[in-house]
Amino acid sequence: MTPVCELSALRPDQGVAALLPDGSQVAVFLTAAGTVHALGNIDPFSGAAVMSRGIVGDRGGVPVVVSPVYKQAFELSTGKCLDDPLTGVPVHPVAVRDGIIQVGSP
Amino acid sequence: MTRTLVVVGHGMVGHRLVEALREKDVTGQWRIVVFAEETRPAYDRVALSSYVDNWDAESLSLAPHRDDAVELHLNDQVVHIDRDNKVVRTTSGRAQPYDALVLATGSVPFVPPVPGRDLPGCHVYRTIDDLDGIRATVESARSVGRHAGMVLGGGLLGLEAANALRGMGISPHVVELGPRLMPLQVDEGGGGLLKRLVEKLDLTVHTGTSASSIEQDGERLIAKLSNGVELDLDVVVFSAGIRPRDELARSFGLTVGERGGIIVDKACRTSDQDIYAIGECANLDGMVYGLVAPGYSMAEVVADRLLGGTAEFPGADMSTKLKLLGVDVASFGDAHAKQEGALEVVVNDAVAGTYAKVVVSDDAKTLLGGILVGDASKYMSLRPLVGRPLPGDPVALIGPEGGVELTLPHDAQVCSCHAVTKQHIVDVVNSGEAVDVPGIKACTKAGTGCGSCVPMLKKLLSECGIEQSRALCEHFDHSRADLFEIVRSTGITTFTELITRHGRGLGCDICKPAVASILASLDNGHVLEGEQATLQDTNDRFLANMQRNGTYSVVPRIPGGEITPEKLIVIGEVARDFGLYTKITGGQRIDLFGATVDQLPQIWKRLVDAGFESGHAYGKALRTVKSCVGTTWCRYGVQDSVSLAIELELRYRGLRSPHKLKSAVSGCARECAEARGKDFGIIATENGWNLYVGGNGGFTPRHADLIASDVDTETLIKLIDRFLMFYIRTADRLQRTSTWIESLEGGLDHLRDVIVNDSLGICADLEAAMAKHVDNYADEWRGVLEDPEKLSRFTSFVNAPGTPDPTISFREERGQKVPVLLGVPSVGQAEVSR
Repeated sequence: MTPVCELSALRPDQGVAALLPDGSQVAVFLTAAGTVHALGNIDPFSGAAVMSRGIVGDRGGVPVVVSPVYKQAFELSTGKCLDDPLTGVPVHPVAVRDGIIQVGSP
Repeated sequence: MTRTLVVVGHGMVGHRLVEALREKDVTGQWRIVVFAEETRPAYDRVALSSYVDNWDAESLSLAPHRDDAVELHLNDQVVHIDRDNKVVRTTSGRAQPYDALVLATGSVPFVPPVPGRDLPGCHVYRTIDDLDGIRATVESARSVGRHAGMVLGGGLLGLEAANALRGMGISPHVVELGPRLMPLQVDEGGGGLLKRLVEKLDLTVHTGTSASSIEQDGERLIAKLSNGVELDLDVVVFSAGIRPRDELARSFGLTVGERGGIIVDKACRTSDQDIYAIGECANLDGMVYGLVAPGYSMAEVVADRLLGGTAEFPGADMSTKLKLLGVDVASFGDAHAKQEGALEVVVNDAVAGTYAKVVVSDDAKTLLGGILVGDASKYMSLRPLVGRPLPGDPVALIGPEGGVELTLPHDAQVCSCHAVTKQHIVDVVNSGEAVDVPGIKACTKAGTGCGSCVPMLKKLLSECGIEQSRALCEHFDHSRADLFEIVRSTGITTFTELITRHGRGLGCDICKPAVASILASLDNGHVLEGEQATLQDTNDRFLANMQRNGTYSVVPRIPGGEITPEKLIVIGEVARDFGLYTKITGGQRIDLFGATVDQLPQIWKRLVDAGFESGHAYGKALRTVKSCVGTTWCRYGVQDSVSLAIELELRYRGLRSPHKLKSAVSGCARECAEARGKDFGIIATENGWNLYVGGNGGFTPRHADLIASDVDTETLIKLIDRFLMFYIRTADRLQRTSTWIESLEGGLDHLRDVIVNDSLGICADLEAAMAKHVDNYADEWRGVLEDPEKLSRFTSFVNAPGTPDPTISFREERGQKVPVLLGVPSVGQAEVSR
């Protein structure tokens, strides 16, 4: 697990990107309900590392982040793309210890 | 083998024939050669009086034939037909062989034999050139402070001509020989109301009389009417009917009618098997039709016949619905109750200014026809019922609200321009081919002609059970306009409060930016303040435009496109120092591409220090106000377009709206700034400014429509204030001004009523809202640079600020860096690492 940032650095529903030691990137979200999610930051449709900049909300009650490039929705808890079930982004394990967010490998 | 069709005349009907034949002739059997007498291709003569709005002949033009199989010769009249050898000859000396010949020579205005009818200042009303001539007379009279006019003829065409004169600032006398205005279409009761309504517009109506002479008195014309009245005039327009142009047919031995018109059969064939005649020059069963719809039907018949079909002229529906001088008039079926035993039922409401009559059969069971004046909204449901059983008490049919709900029979024609039945529309809706009005238009062409059936299309959609839901998304049942009013009236300032009280769930990428835009339009502080930052699309969240590789582009505001050399140098230096790709935009500014999130504040620090501010290229907001150089430099300019463009851009900068807003100002009618392609465009006139609204480029380009002319700068700005605020308050999400205007009940006329005539009494409120926006404007980028909290959000990685995103790389092209396409290996290109 890699420490990424303090929980207090996150604003609800506004993602941030973090760089992992292996060079990969995660998008970290704090939802309004208080849960933290970490997904791969690369949008599979455009290849751009921008998932952290998507709008967080829900689709049919399922919490999602919407890619800012072509607007596909990804389920925050599974990474599954709701617009194209064959596509998705990796989900990273995440933990909060002593107010620090830690992210593992998918 | 390809055969040759020669068409004589390129009016609306000739044009339709060419289009119809080209559409049906899929195997390319016919090559088409058209000879036109006029110097311009076919234009919409029905809308001729609107030419006065902008004097732009282009705006009347019909779609050109984009086709190698069609040859159009303008200004080259056919003068000879050699029927034996099947060759026509033209004024230019051309000899053109034909396999089939179609005469679509139209008609000429009928000028009664009044002494003095050829004096200068006397005109007919038929072509664009005629209107140019009328305009020249009117302007020369105005230069000596005079403006008196007369239209001879109070029928449909006469009132159109009167409308055109009103557009030139003249309140004409209208002289009609018959006992009432529009004697062919309306009866005495309807004509009486029509007269009262048009006299409110300062027209003077003389019925039951005609001009007995016109004499010149210096610069003036004196017209003596047969009832003894003498009128002192500057311009006289004859618009008293038409006569078929059959002289060519007559000279070369084709049979013509006793009272004119080339005799044709139901196939529109003349007495020569290879020659057809269509439109106003044709005489079918003793009738010459002066309306465009029967002409179009004839064109379709001939197109079918040329391809071996057996179509016949179906008979003409002479029903008419139009708005003349702002008054609705409709006439359909047996309007004058000529059928034996026909009964009339009339509701004449002098107070409301409406007149309605239905004509029914002697047993009161069948609808035969009717007349509507003042309010023709029932036309669409009544006309298709002609000849069918009455659906209820005839008084209730035309009575005020609460009347009988009409259901159309399935074979009733809904769109008479394109002959589309209710059944056809219901079929495409039920099969799922069309789910909304644009879909019906695409599938059936219904509603794409005069457009009067569009309300009926909406009604049919809802009858088919298609709810035209206006809910914004799954989280709100309200439309954007409803949400705007909720936010405005409740004073709610956060998305959370709004969705808690008026919606459900967490929100999404549709409602969050829409609400963010509403909050911004209502001046709720910086768009990245507090919760608002989480609502913004990525462009607004980083105040820059995200590009395909996740980098951003930066556009500083350059009001009106005017920039000093010093500021140009600053932009150049910033681009060079940050390694940005630069390109001039279509909006007269400069776009700097390839900036990372971390670089954005550094770039903007430099730009803001040099006096630049955000150009809002990233927002659904005012983008630019383009301008030409105007009177300052240009030899042709008549107003200072640059100063106005700058004033407007500075006034409306930062204004958030349902969609992006673009504008331009041209300093003269040459229109170098392309203002009519903008949401609001301004074109200088010698007397002030013309304001156009609802234009756009993009996927469906559209020219803006004139909404006010010759206004001074102060009035212009008031009108734009009202237009923009009304749009912001009432449009749907991502609805541009053009589709918004189309969606308004009453369209452009309604919009003009609201923002020019203040019909809703909200103009003061709209102006106050805009004044608040102008007062509260602050540069968004300066706001970020001055706030460490906002600034802290512009980092690539929360755990490694300043580290560039390793997935971004560039290569070089034409001396500048461009992105390496992600996931696409670049072969043989030097990569510029960064």
